[in-house]
Amino acid sequence: MSTLEIKDLHVSIETDQGTKDILKGVSLTINSGEIHAIMGPNGSGKSTLASTIAGHPRYEVTKGEILLDGEDVLEMGPDERAQAGLFLAMQYPVEVPGVTMTNFLRTAKTAIDGEAPKLRTWTKEVKQAMETLRIDADFANRNVNEGFSGGEKKRVEILQLELFKPKFAVLDETDSGLDIDALRVVSEGVNRAHQENNMGTLLITHYTRILNYIKPSFVHVFVDGKVAEQGGPELADELEANGYDRFLASAAASV
Amino acid sequence: MTETPEKVAGVEVGQRRISIPGFTEEGENLAAETNSAADHSHGGLGKPKEVTAGAGSRANRHTGFDLAHFPEPTGREEEWRFTPLKKLAGVLSDTPTQGAGTDQEAVNYQVSGTVEGVEVSSLGHGDAPRGDVLQPADRAAVVGYRNAERALHLKVTQNTEVAEPIRVDITGRAAGARANGHIVIEAEPHSRAVVVLEHRGSADFNGNVEVKVGDGATVSLISLQRWEDDAVHVGQHDAEVGKDATYKHVAVTLGGSTVRLNTNFRYAAEGATAQMYGLYFADAGQHIEHRTFVDHNSPRNSSDVLYKGALQGATARSVWVGDVLIRKEAEGTDSYEKNQNLVLTDGARADSVPNLEIETGLIEGAGHASSTGRFDDNHLFYLMSRGIPEDIARQLVVRGFLNEIVQKIEVPSIRESLADDLERELRISGH
Repeated sequence: MSTLEIKDLHVSIETDQGTKDILKGVSLTINSGEIHAIMGPNGSGKSTLASTIAGHPRYEVTKGEILLDGEDVLEMGPDERAQAGLFLAMQYPVEVPGVTMTNFLRTAKTAIDGEAPKLRTWTKEVKQAMETLRIDADFANRNVNEGFSGGEKKRVEILQLELFKPKFAVLDETDSGLDIDALRVVSEGVNRAHQENNMGTLLITHYTRILNYIKPSFVHVFVDGKVAEQGGPELADELEANGYDRFLASAAASV
Repeated sequence: MTETPEKVAGVEVGQRRISIPGFTEEGENLAAETNSAADHSHGGLGKPKEVTAGAGSRANRHTGFDLAHFPEPTGREEEWRFTPLKKLAGVLSDTPTQGAGTDQEAVNYQVSGTVEGVEVSSLGHGDAPRGDVLQPADRAAVVGYRNAERALHLKVTQNTEVAEPIRVDITGRAAGARANGHIVIEAEPHSRAVVVLEHRGSADFNGNVEVKVGDGATVSLISLQRWEDDAVHVGQHDAEVGKDATYKHVAVTLGGSTVRLNTNFRYAAEGATAQMYGLYFADAGQHIEHRTFVDHNSPRNSSDVLYKGALQGATARSVWVGDVLIRKEAEGTDSYEKNQNLVLTDGARADSVPNLEIETGLIEGAGHASSTGRFDDNHLFYLMSRGIPEDIARQLVVRGFLNEIVQKIEVPSIRESLADDLERELRISGH
């Protein structure tokens, strides 16, 4: 049983117009086996939270803490965070020139586990996971994400999620740009990782569509860099019916 | 990293095979357009010097043995405009370095042990086949030709198949001391051999190499530039590829302060396959320049050129100029050339200039491509977010990128040592 705690997190970025505060005091606690959905309008800071947890250098934490089982995550580099059991499925997975998927997956797995996976079982495991996610076998020989379509990139993110077996995964708008079949395949992958590894999940999304496949036990509404409201799955239904207007109105009123 | 297909006179030539609408018997000379428009400079600082001479068809480029026809370059000539000429003062001068002994002494040659069917001798000026294949195309090549008193002659006799690579170790003895070298490789018909030239140490080295590939012969020449940081190396490597022969030239340039290699192919008849591959890693302060020229001067031959390089460090510099000329008589030609660069740090500069001239439409294929990609913070973050430490992430990218060339080298010991070299190169700038 592991716990990921986010306490009063304040994050800013440097822009051409100067420093911009994005997160303004976010607190969340996720335990193993829990699925938390974070919903909210564009620009509310959802993706900033995801990138900050993964350790993207662009985001500066000005206040607050992120703790994984009591360990200070903010002191760790991005590689150490992944080794500690955090995983970010990116909204825009990066194309890496010159590195084949096969080589990448094996190198990452070795770094995360601290030892090289046994070649024969590993090759089989990768092949099976690719089949289940309906990723063409040919992808193994292609460079990481190079020339993949948006949907293919998302499947490959989930492939890594299944192979690396993190304690906690942050899915940053994994559903965007997916057709209905791909959405189902990807959701099944997340659910498998959830069941088999007791993974804790932070699911970031605009839409409730993915929540038909991945059932959250907690829903947090993000507005203007803060959690505006928390609840159970029924909160997602309400958002589906009424949108974010009432949150935006109150945020505007408080300015 | 994305390929940039080139459009020359409205014809897309960036693909493996091109089809040129309405392009049949007459052909078209694309040289003027490629020379003026296709200056593929990517990334980095500085500006290439303006061209004032030498532009135009590769077919018109002067070659010969008379030094008077090759004045000291000013840096404005097409073939010299990227090169740091100050560094080349020694190798462009027609007189030996003072106090450095004769030209022969500045460099030590060591040829691997006797092999049956391989004759090792030396050739003076006027001794055939010295100068049969070599066609000096710039001042450095003529200076080298005139000043190399004896040429090393390696002859692989007819039908001989040499299992082990024939090694020539060329070791410079002193930085700044000029050395002129000349190697003549003759592969008689239906012979088979791999020749490895390994350059180490320090010198101002000017080395001409000429290779006559006999009918039906299979020859690989692997030229390794593993110089010390203060070495200078210019060289022209010419080959004439015989009927149904297979020739492969691989240039691997890792060391040296300035290295400029001109590799030129032409054909004796038909049915030959010729490949030019190159791998380079430029660090801060290094200038690495490769110029390739495939002269499709006879029908139904194929050529494939692929050079890949990585650059790291604020003043790292690489140049690739790839000329392919498909002459009017070269019907049925199949040719392709590509250069790819991977820029690892800010301030490095890779110039990449593919020139394709096609004088007949009756060809199987002709294409060229050039791309320069950056390894940037987003790549690094992606790999690190998967648990991969920064130094391993860089190695992964560079090795993966260059591996395509490494795999073309048929000598396992060289492939293995290159892996170590690349690891060392990546450590140099502190990553």
